[in-house]
Amino acid sequence: MSRLAKIGDWFGQRLQIGGVVRETVTHPVPRKSASWWYVFGSAALTLFILQVFTGIMLAIIYVPSAGEAWNSLQYLNHDVTLGWFLRAVHGWGSNFMVAVVLIHMCQVFLFGAYKFPRELTWILGVFLLLLTLGMAFTGQVLRFDQDAYWGLGIGVAIAGRVPLLGKQLVHMVMGGPIIAGDTLSRFFTVHVFVIPGLILAFVSLHLLMVLKLGINEWPMPGRVVRRSTYLQEYHELTHKDGVPFVPVAIWKDMFFSAAIIVSVMACAWFFGPFGPSGYPDPTIVQTIPKPDFFFLWLYAMLALLPPSMETPALLIGPVIVIGFLILLPFLSGEGEKSWKRRPVAVLTLLLVAVALGTFTKLATYSPWSPVMNGWSGDPVPVEYLNGRSPLERQGALVFQVKQCRNCHVIGGSGGKRGPKLDKVATRMTHDQLVRQVIQGGGNMPAYGKNLNPAEVTALVSFLETLRPPNQPAARDASQAALTQEEQNRPRANNP
Amino acid sequence: MSDQDKNEISRRDLFAKIGMLLNGLAVVVLATPVVGYLLSPILRGERGQYKRWITLGHLDEFPEGQTRLAKFRNPISNAWDGETDNIPCWVRRIQGEQFQVFAVNCAHLGCPVRWFAQSGLFMCPCHGGVYYQDGSRASGPPPRGLFEYPYKVEGDQLLIEAGQIPTLSTTASLDRRKSGCQG
Repeated sequence: MSRLAKIGDWFGQRLQIGGVVRETVTHPVPRKSASWWYVFGSAALTLFILQVFTGIMLAIIYVPSAGEAWNSLQYLNHDVTLGWFLRAVHGWGSNFMVAVVLIHMCQVFLFGAYKFPRELTWILGVFLLLLTLGMAFTGQVLRFDQDAYWGLGIGVAIAGRVPLLGKQLVHMVMGGPIIAGDTLSRFFTVHVFVIPGLILAFVSLHLLMVLKLGINEWPMPGRVVRRSTYLQEYHELTHKDGVPFVPVAIWKDMFFSAAIIVSVMACAWFFGPFGPSGYPDPTIVQTIPKPDFFFLWLYAMLALLPPSMETPALLIGPVIVIGFLILLPFLSGEGEKSWKRRPVAVLTLLLVAVALGTFTKLATYSPWSPVMNGWSGDPVPVEYLNGRSPLERQGALVFQVKQCRNCHVIGGSGGKRGPKLDKVATRMTHDQLVRQVIQGGGNMPAYGKNLNPAEVTALVSFLETLRPPNQPAARDASQAALTQEEQNRPRANNP
Repeated sequence: MSDQDKNEISRRDLFAKIGMLLNGLAVVVLATPVVGYLLSPILRGERGQYKRWITLGHLDEFPEGQTRLAKFRNPISNAWDGETDNIPCWVRRIQGEQFQVFAVNCAHLGCPVRWFAQSGLFMCPCHGGVYYQDGSRASGPPPRGLFEYPYKVEGDQLLIEAGQIPTLSTTASLDRRKSGCQG
């Protein structure tokens, strides 16, 4: 017996875990489940371990104080050897973890793995998804910069919409009357102690159940789950046609996890850490807060929902979605597992994916927001001024100075809140333009009080020049007809 | 099983139950202060300790007919708050001692609104909320006008009553236009 084996034996006799470990690693899995589709769960766990490790590394330097957090991040970025890289790995690791957890969930959903007897495994998974999103949000807060500060402000404003308990919730979230030191301290506690502890506990149970109940078999159309027969069928599947997890299946998990870690490190190396953006000083109002990638869809929804639906959507929406996810295994605990026989499930997933993708894409350029420097950024294009009358040029000046361009594009630059104005004269007549400028309407503020009559005249005469040379100006058909009628009417008939 | 056996078991059972009860009591005794500790931000708010009258400065700093950014130190602050307890607000001096003091927080979701003097509008960078110079909603998703701080003039100083972040439920007054903000 070699010395190494003797030492192993010595520990084995005392620890008494050899049997359990052997049983665990060699547990049989259905032959077709040893597939590349079954690697996302282990990858999520690998990412969690990476996050714990890099998180502990960052905590060596990070100061969880509203006055110092931002400075300690700058110190990490610029002074501590490879501090920027650890921050980057933690930041990218977070993005990858949310993505992999979501993909894992979609795969589990499409493969019907939430059905009997794995209902509780799925429910714990739902909580793990929520906890992962919780980590992403609280982590963004710990990067205590302007985005974090105003992001918290948005969170607080949402809490303030809760009926009856709103005020108490607001104070509870912030740990006081305003976003300040107490707020950061409590988010630090939640991010570093509370949620990771819960994730550890839930992941342990989740994993234990995967081992005890067995990994989901590859879904075959026509192989229907029934509570009375499933356990027997699964037992036969694993014991007659099964393969041991180690070594048959595990190498794919290991390959994929390694690829994920390498991808995180590559992103970290090439793209660097996230922020911090500006110093968290609320008196700097020249800021455009934006949430991190995985909350962009929410940012878009909050801009696009009709105002009357906002509070219900914010407060009841999550309850419905989470409630549906938790109830899912009870609503369809039996039946077909294969996605080929579950068109509603596939379409639902596609719809959610397309919706979230569209909202995220929109939020990257947020067309609903005025461009705060639209008016001072770009000049009015020269071709819109050439050969124009002094009054029209004066109008262009009014257009620029009164911040019209914060919401309107001309010549390819400006805000997208309102319509493009390059061809406005083909759509609106003189009278309509005057009315729109003075009274506003359809999301446009009324400018009547802020423009004097001379400015309105100049502005509208400029707007009337905004049409391509080959397109006629808009005209009021009824007005023309009236005028025509007036001219044609015989004089004698007039009193 | 004899009666004596049963008695013996129920005796142990009794002790086990008393043991659980004692631990339960200990948990309650321990939990009470912990719950109080955790709820302290709420309890302090309920006692009305957050709001104070704060000076924004000399009246001359706010020319008539203009809207300017002012800032004040939040009445409740800690040494480790950094700059976060410097709170900005928009001060509009209509004329004489007639003012409007707006919170910078958009009534929609709290982003900082910016004042554009040329067009006389407050614009929010987040979801496109726009307000007129008197704080009333002009367009976009906000459900109401800007939050306003109650103000008063003492001597040559402008004072506002402030101290907590304004949201839809930390608003004192139901009247939206006159003294909206700061509950």
